[in-house]
Amino acid sequence: MPKTNVKKMLFILSKATIENVYAAFIMANGARMEGIEAEIFFTFFGLEAINKEKLEHLHVATVGNPAMHMPTMLGGLPGMEALATKMMKKEMEKLDMPPIGEFLEILSDSGVKLWACKLAVDMFHLKKEDLIDDIDGILTIGDFYNRATEENTHMLFV
Amino acid sequence: MENVNRNEEGYLTDFSQWTKDVGNKIAKEQEINMTDKHWEVVDFLQQKHKNEEALSIRGIKKSGVINIKELYDLFPGGPLKVSTKIAGIPKPKSCI
Repeated sequence: MPKTNVKKMLFILSKATIENVYAAFIMANGARMEGIEAEIFFTFFGLEAINKEKLEHLHVATVGNPAMHMPTMLGGLPGMEALATKMMKKEMEKLDMPPIGEFLEILSDSGVKLWACKLAVDMFHLKKEDLIDDIDGILTIGDFYNRATEENTHMLFV
Repeated sequence: MENVNRNEEGYLTDFSQWTKDVGNKIAKEQEINMTDKHWEVVDFLQQKHKNEEALSIRGIKKSGVINIKELYDLFPGGPLKVSTKIAGIPKPKSCI
């Protein structure tokens, strides 16, 4: 199998639904496992994934998600999101996928840089103390672009 | 390593052909100088393989043998990919 030319992956995580957060985390971890550098920029609702109070309470989206194969009205019923989330977490546990908090530790230990978006932090009136200790700092989007310092860097919006 | 069968990625296709010498030679190809800690990890991976337990980075965190940071330091360029090759066992299939 030929070796990849990708040197660095920069992810922008803008959503806090479980499926999006895991997608970003698995891709970032997968990059490190292949010897590729990886960084994640948490912006807008994506900030919930590094918010100490919120990160273990993220949900899967049952409304506006046709792949759930349930009528939108039904998906909006009280408790439906919680139920779907519980079922999904059970399936993920079977595959040995870590919960969000543990996954963040793994990413940090693996050398994935974790950045919070300054604009979003200000907008949601968050302080550094509200965010997990493992984050590497609070950056503007301009700062984040400047993390792309080498050729074969790719940026992905999740 | 004339008598050792390997696939196109360099992984041993028959673990019974593995010896410490083979491990050392594969490590050299990867530009890794094996230390006691490296061999401890190799031993751990081989035990997991013998017990038919899947390898994942989460499993490393729980292993008690080594932490994730150390594993990345010992086996640069893809820790489980490189360490399993040296250990003579198949490349892990897990995405995590």
